[in-house]
Amino acid sequence: MQRSPLVFALQLLVTLLAAAFLVVPALTSILAGLTVNYFQGVRSGLTLDWVAQVWGLYAPTILRSIVLALGTLAVTLVIGVPAAWALARKPGRMSRLVEEVVTLPVAIPGLALALALILAYGGIREFRASILFILVGHVLYTLPFMLRSVMAVLAAVDVRTLEEGAASLGASPWQRFIQVVVPNARPGILAGALMVVTLSIGEFNLTWMLHTPLTQTLPVGLADSYASMRLEIASAYTLVFFIMIVPLLIAIQMMGGERAAKTRK
Amino acid sequence: MSNNHTPGAAITLVGCAKTFADGTRALEPLDLAIAPGETLVLLGPSGCGKTTTLRIIAGLESPDAGGKVLFDGADVTRLPIEKRNVGMVFQSYALFPNMSVVENVAYGLRVRGVAKAERLARAGEVLEMMRIDALADRRIDQLSGGQRQRVALARALAVRPRVILLDEPLTALDAALREHLRAEIDGLLRRLAITAIYVTHDQAEALALGDRIVVMRHGAIAQIGTPREIYFRPADDFVAGFVGVTNRLEGAVRGGRFETAAGALAVEAADRAAATLAFRPETAQLCVAAGSGLRFRVDQVHFQGARQRVLLSAADGSRIVLEAAAEVVLSAGDEVGIALDPSRIALV
Amino acid sequence: MTGPSAPPDRSLINTTHSQPFLPPAEAKAMPSADRLARLFLLPLGLFVLAFFLLPMVRLVAVAGAGPNGAWEYLALITNARHFGTLIATLVLSAATTAVTLAIGVVVALFLGRNRFPGQSALVAMLTLPLAFPGVVVGFMVILLAGRQGLIGGLTQQMGMGRLVFAYSMAGLLAGYVYFSLPRVLVTLLAAVEKLDPALEEAARSLGASRAQVLRDVILPGIAPSLMASGAIAFATAMGAFGTAFTLATRIDVLAMTIYTEFTLNANFASAAALSIALGLITWGVLAATRNLSGDRVAAAG
Repeated sequence: MQRSPLVFALQLLVTLLAAAFLVVPALTSILAGLTVNYFQGVRSGLTLDWVAQVWGLYAPTILRSIVLALGTLAVTLVIGVPAAWALARKPGRMSRLVEEVVTLPVAIPGLALALALILAYGGIREFRASILFILVGHVLYTLPFMLRSVMAVLAAVDVRTLEEGAASLGASPWQRFIQVVVPNARPGILAGALMVVTLSIGEFNLTWMLHTPLTQTLPVGLADSYASMRLEIASAYTLVFFIMIVPLLIAIQMMGGERAAKTRK
Repeated sequence: MSNNHTPGAAITLVGCAKTFADGTRALEPLDLAIAPGETLVLLGPSGCGKTTTLRIIAGLESPDAGGKVLFDGADVTRLPIEKRNVGMVFQSYALFPNMSVVENVAYGLRVRGVAKAERLARAGEVLEMMRIDALADRRIDQLSGGQRQRVALARALAVRPRVILLDEPLTALDAALREHLRAEIDGLLRRLAITAIYVTHDQAEALALGDRIVVMRHGAIAQIGTPREIYFRPADDFVAGFVGVTNRLEGAVRGGRFETAAGALAVEAADRAAATLAFRPETAQLCVAAGSGLRFRVDQVHFQGARQRVLLSAADGSRIVLEAAAEVVLSAGDEVGIALDPSRIALV
Repeated sequence: MTGPSAPPDRSLINTTHSQPFLPPAEAKAMPSADRLARLFLLPLGLFVLAFFLLPMVRLVAVAGAGPNGAWEYLALITNARHFGTLIATLVLSAATTAVTLAIGVVVALFLGRNRFPGQSALVAMLTLPLAFPGVVVGFMVILLAGRQGLIGGLTQQMGMGRLVFAYSMAGLLAGYVYFSLPRVLVTLLAAVEKLDPALEEAARSLGASRAQVLRDVILPGIAPSLMASGAIAFATAMGAFGTAFTLATRIDVLAMTIYTEFTLNANFASAAALSIALGLITWGVLAATRNLSGDRVAAAG
């Protein structure tokens, strides 16, 4: 196709600027976390001291975030996968309504959700002070992603017909779910799981409101370091976060990350 | 009707080759002359270069350096498609989903700055000519495949193009509708006397529609000719095989006789150690084995109503297909002979 | 005649005919699958009821139980300071949406309609920050436009003085665009790639110029995706907390106001009412455009 070189050049320029806008600060932060003195630049030498200091200061938040992400994943799998099948097998007004309500927490700012949870359950001190309180928030927020991801795959592979096939061979509903539905929903479950873990590890809006000094997570620690620590430590901490989250993001991208839309800050 | 007065353009391609950015050679240097008002069909398997040729004529691709495209003798090689005044019908129809039927048809006039009243009137005329004026205000997604096809054609014709380019316009339709629309397009192109270039991989379409057919293979022309020439005098094995079913018998020519495992047949040809006899299924006649030079055994019989298709094999196992009247009762294992019309066989 | 009870003879026919013709396994399999489905929905239902619906009811109750009673819900409009914050947040979100979509369309058309080496790497770079949390995005803006930021360094070298805007509205705008650009791009890129290239070619064959093709074919073709991704960008900007928390210590945006009302002023009713208002706005924008774009998609076939 013949095209105008001027239009092409302008589009290329905008594209490169956009890429630079997104990538350069991230690279700067990685570099700053490894530089002896950011203000003097790389000439001051490279070091892992800052990363070590971050580990000393914030190791519990990092481990807590991993535990929390895995816990969130477990709950969303147990609640979400069976429910996705139940909703997908009878697409009608009722299942649309249920899906709508369950998806609402994505459309409402995390701040509002967190306030609602605190006002409702903040009085139960044991619960309020435990990591479970944050877990509930994370499940609320990530569950729609698991549901949608699994439901999309179930619709795409026409699991209804597969199930009828299994039923005609004498499989019970439970056997059909375990032996036919779950294996065929695997791409959706995997994509949903990646999304859930990624979102849980990075979740800040809810978590900032729900955490206590004893239940700080990685993003909470990050906010703390951005406010009170020197730039190198904040950068090194961000670097640790990148190391955890970038492989997940790449995996999501490789699985066709279009379905990852609709996240909230 | 005012659309009838568009004079068809003469189109000439000179040395048009196409190499894509990744190095793929889609088209060898190609020369082609298309007469005004002619319907030319580009026929071939996928990847043969027929669509690339069409897109070069349209102005959607430019030929490699040295290639030239002429419309009525004027060089249009550097002219982008929007300046060439061509009408194009796409395989997917490419109807604009955000516009109604009449808006689609009037779009070419709209971008030419034709006043609204006039362009609606002219679009209405074309819709009437295509007998789809009742659909004018429909949305595209409310149309059937056949209706979409007509709208696409109407849209291309509404700008009174100098040439109409059709890229597999019937491929997306089912067989019955395809045949019906093929007849309709044929009538329309003849009535309008517009130059038309029609790309297809369907030999039946090509034979029915074309004034001339260009059979293409591997980015080059295998044969140019009228449908009759292509069908009965194919230039080579590829053309013979691609256009219709062809039977082939291997053998040798000795003393004016073609000798093969099935027997011998008198031919007018010089002696040759290796020769192939090619003929169409419907040009052979079944006859009793005793009175024939070529003898076969019946393998299968496919009854098709008015005719039946008979699969035969010779003593050496080589197979042929022929068509026979349905009244002849045959069964597997029967010995039969065949008679060939010498004017409708080819010896290559 | 059309009452709930069918004529006795018909029900008789039904029962006598349906029993022998239905294979017994099939007749029993479906109801038990229904039972299993209901069982499977139970944990979901309980969780959503306990941790979403009940707390939401509580939120509404608290908002109306403050000193101002139900008037608290109107504070967003009646309270001059809150109203100013609402307008500022709306303008900021609209600007975020406009800038993100403008960049997104140009980049998506470029990447979707050209093939060149390094393209997939470029796409990966542009979509990788898809799930960076708002706090981290705020830090990215500090590195770009903060007191020691890259942009400040550049402008100083060019002799224009240090340009620092991380902690202003412009900084927030940059942060929100950073946050929304990857997901808008993913959506628009998919839409551009799904758009039949023959549509553009058809318009050009009919004589349309490049600008006309853009206006009449491409933008209408990707309109549903523009609406949907624009709505998401707008809604996320409205409710964004992480980025604002990092950057907007001195700027009033709705999320920060809710946060200060709750934690610093302990004004629960006000915080709850503002949250509800904010939630209604974001949900409303998303729901409205989804229905709209849903219709458009249906119209486009």
